[in-house]
Amino acid sequence: MLAFIIQRALQAALVMVVMSMIVFLGVYAVGNPVDIVIPPDATIAMREEVIRRLGLDLPLWKQYGIFAWNLLQGDFGRSFIYNMPVLELIGGRLPATLELVLISILFATVTGVSLGIYAGVNPESRIAKLIMGLSILGFSVPSFWVGLILILTFAVHFGIFPAGGRGETVMVFGVEWSFLTANGLSHIVLPALNLALFKMAMMIRLARAGTREAMLSDTVKFARAAGISEATILRRHVLKLISIPIITVFGLELGSTLAFAVVTETIFSWPGVGKLIIDSITVLDRPVMVAYLVLTAFVFVMINFTVDLVFALIDPRIRSGRQKS
Amino acid sequence: MSPVLEVRDLRTEFFTAAGTLRAVNDVSFSLNEGEIIGLVGESGSGKSVTGFSLLGLIDAPGKITGGSVRLKGDELVGMAQPDLRRRRGRDIAMIFQDPIATLNPLLTIGQQMEMALAAHERLSPRASEDRCAEALERVGIPSARARLKAYPHEFSGGMRQRVAISIALLHRPAVIVADEPTTALDVSIQAQIVTEMKMLAREFGVAMIWISHDLAVVSGIAQRIAVMYAGRIVETGPAAQVLRQPRHPYTRGLLDSMPHATAPGQALRQIPGSMPSMMALPPGCAFAPRCAFASPACTSVPELTEAAGRSWRCFHPLDQPAQEGITS
Amino acid sequence: MTPSNPKAPTENPPVGMTETGKPTPPILLFWREFRRNRIATVALGITILLAFVALFAPFVAPQDPYNLQTLSLMDARRPPGHVGSGGYVHILGTDAQGRDLLSAILYGLRISIQISLAAGFIALTIGATIGVLAAYIGGWVETVLMRMVDLQLSFPAILLALVLSALLGQGKAQLITALVAAQYAYFARTAYGAATAERRKDYIEAALATPLSARRVIFRHLLPNCAPPLIVVATVQIASSISLEATLSFLGLGLPVTEPSLGMLIANGFQYMMSGRYWLSVYPGLMLILLIMAINIVGDQIRDQLNPRLRR
Repeated sequence: MLAFIIQRALQAALVMVVMSMIVFLGVYAVGNPVDIVIPPDATIAMREEVIRRLGLDLPLWKQYGIFAWNLLQGDFGRSFIYNMPVLELIGGRLPATLELVLISILFATVTGVSLGIYAGVNPESRIAKLIMGLSILGFSVPSFWVGLILILTFAVHFGIFPAGGRGETVMVFGVEWSFLTANGLSHIVLPALNLALFKMAMMIRLARAGTREAMLSDTVKFARAAGISEATILRRHVLKLISIPIITVFGLELGSTLAFAVVTETIFSWPGVGKLIIDSITVLDRPVMVAYLVLTAFVFVMINFTVDLVFALIDPRIRSGRQKS
Repeated sequence: MSPVLEVRDLRTEFFTAAGTLRAVNDVSFSLNEGEIIGLVGESGSGKSVTGFSLLGLIDAPGKITGGSVRLKGDELVGMAQPDLRRRRGRDIAMIFQDPIATLNPLLTIGQQMEMALAAHERLSPRASEDRCAEALERVGIPSARARLKAYPHEFSGGMRQRVAISIALLHRPAVIVADEPTTALDVSIQAQIVTEMKMLAREFGVAMIWISHDLAVVSGIAQRIAVMYAGRIVETGPAAQVLRQPRHPYTRGLLDSMPHATAPGQALRQIPGSMPSMMALPPGCAFAPRCAFASPACTSVPELTEAAGRSWRCFHPLDQPAQEGITS
Repeated sequence: MTPSNPKAPTENPPVGMTETGKPTPPILLFWREFRRNRIATVALGITILLAFVALFAPFVAPQDPYNLQTLSLMDARRPPGHVGSGGYVHILGTDAQGRDLLSAILYGLRISIQISLAAGFIALTIGATIGVLAAYIGGWVETVLMRMVDLQLSFPAILLALVLSALLGQGKAQLITALVAAQYAYFARTAYGAATAERRKDYIEAALATPLSARRVIFRHLLPNCAPPLIVVATVQIASSISLEATLSFLGLGLPVTEPSLGMLIANGFQYMMSGRYWLSVYPGLMLILLIMAINIVGDQIRDQLNPRLRR
């Protein structure tokens, strides 16, 4: 088990190095950041001076070395636009994104898996067909459009929920949270629902396919032949059998929900990291883009690492070093 | 002595989009305490579906549409699912072909055994563990108590099947349906399992229905043999007699196509043709199109003929012995 | 009577063959099975219809939305059913520039389909090449290529596309590049999976042992076996790239304003939504959903038909 953890940790570290290189090349080496920093009428001498100061005259690998060294020390540079350390900027926006993402993915998983198992157990029932229809819809409708419709329906037409913003927040552990106040909660409903729908559709399909396959498996037939009740079979066999793909997807989707939060935050003016990155992209605020990408990559690597560990806890075959065939 | 299991005119049909498929067609047999019957046939002959029907485990689009299954005097056909569930595992149990597929890879053997135990008995964790360890010991698994914490993949194929057998034996059922229980195992292990199951059946007085496509395996364990073809039992009788002197041409064909029925160097004698689709059975005897003895009479279904403890469904029963008997 | 001639008609012949020995083309069998699912058949019809409408948009649309001369600001943001200065009814109303919304939608559809098809085809080619080569060559080439693909797959496509289109700027070619970069990895993974499964089979080993050229083994043996899963992934990816393109355009990162795709029409209408002019965003959105859903349903059916595990 320890060897397994070390092996995965090394892999994760390697991935981070590669990711930081790609991000560095992608964002810093493409185009010329000097043009953004200096006025267009600057003299050649001034230009040279800025290039030297930014280290742009150094060979590429040295530039990367400095960049990586700064990263390791937590120095992500300063935002061109906000003129403050990027890490501080992102850190301030992070709680808003985190609460949105976590609430929606938990909602999506719990409801999605329940509906999916129901549809998998009774594949021919009318409710199951309805569930599957909804999941295809949720899968197909682009999430920004769902956001518009949610606003149009619940904010503009019925006026039940606010159309944007974060509402009242409350300080807990030195961080502002929305979901702990009634007003904040009413603000989070629509964006969270918007973000959750796609994931829910995905969870439904996954849980249904897994359940259907598990219900037809010899394991379930054998359990039935032993007189074990359907409820116990569902709870102890099926749930366990479908848990592996669901945990995989949960992990992967946690990351992609973070990414999709970009869209939802833009539509609902939710002051999170996603809104920040869209604003930064449109004005090409490179340090913010780089920091966001590196941090996102880091989150992804950590999630994958955790998913691997959870796998090993669930599946004894992986734990003992045998890969599933 | 009244039989523990009595099956009369059992009929199971599958209602698929492509048509109705009669997988089990008027199947009748009975089983005394401790008796082992071999149910033999090609794949698709309906022998497994017969096994599942006995436990009431036919999923949609399948349905038992007729007949009766009496277990220790109680009628199972038409019994409500909750009542049926209470009989499964306790009075009638089942073992499957591939133990790697029947055991849940993500649960320990102990967890799975305790689940099967808890389905019918409320026991303290302690007592439950004792029972499981005892059950494992009985099927010849060494250091049973420690092995309860092991996962299926940590066992060999033969050992896994023993675990499955011990689960089936947990509540000492009157009847066990064994669906090709040795087919997935190595030949040397096969023989071991067959011998042990024979002993266990005798020890506990468990009656067994041993489903197999392999006449050689069945001849080693069953006292009686029932041969199935296209959903019907075409011949039954004491194992030795059926093997020595088959009455139905299909049984004869099966015997002839076994490797040691042919002299070395000669081609195996196959039964010509293949089993008809269950969707489109020929009228009358389903074997007629492949039968060398078929006559115009064969376009109607032959009645069951019974004589001297044997029975067959054929207008042209054979009377000469098979080329080379199989002695069990 | 000859016992070797079974008279019983077989209802379930092995795929591709009938009992009489005359092979039925597999594509025909596939179509027969496909047709049995009525919803999927309707979805296929809709997909084809939309593709045609998009292809012939200039002939079908009542107005050329790019021709500024025919536009009048008098007609801007009129509700559905308005009779404009052009003398005809705007069935779906008009947009902020006074364009007939139906025409704008049809032209938008055309652009959306164009872009996603181009991106899908290029991504398929690149991805399948990488996947099959990795599986065929093996060794460190396989490790490096597939590690990269896995790495990318763990990263959400939308982020990649977002950053790339921001860096590359607006324009069709740039957008297609971003979409391809975001999607080729899915094809590579799928092709690799199918090709390795196939490569382990004995007949490929046998083919490799004979002096057949590598190209022959790849093109005659490996690639055909990767086709079914690739087709499934292609339908899913085309649907998702339509959605991705719309999302990027909605965020203002996709196409220039002069060529409004469906996503941009929705984005343009968004600002008028609060004042109740819903049609500007809703109708292009419905068209988008109709298209994506139809493709997804077709893809679903193809996948179910190709999945041997769900066959009974």
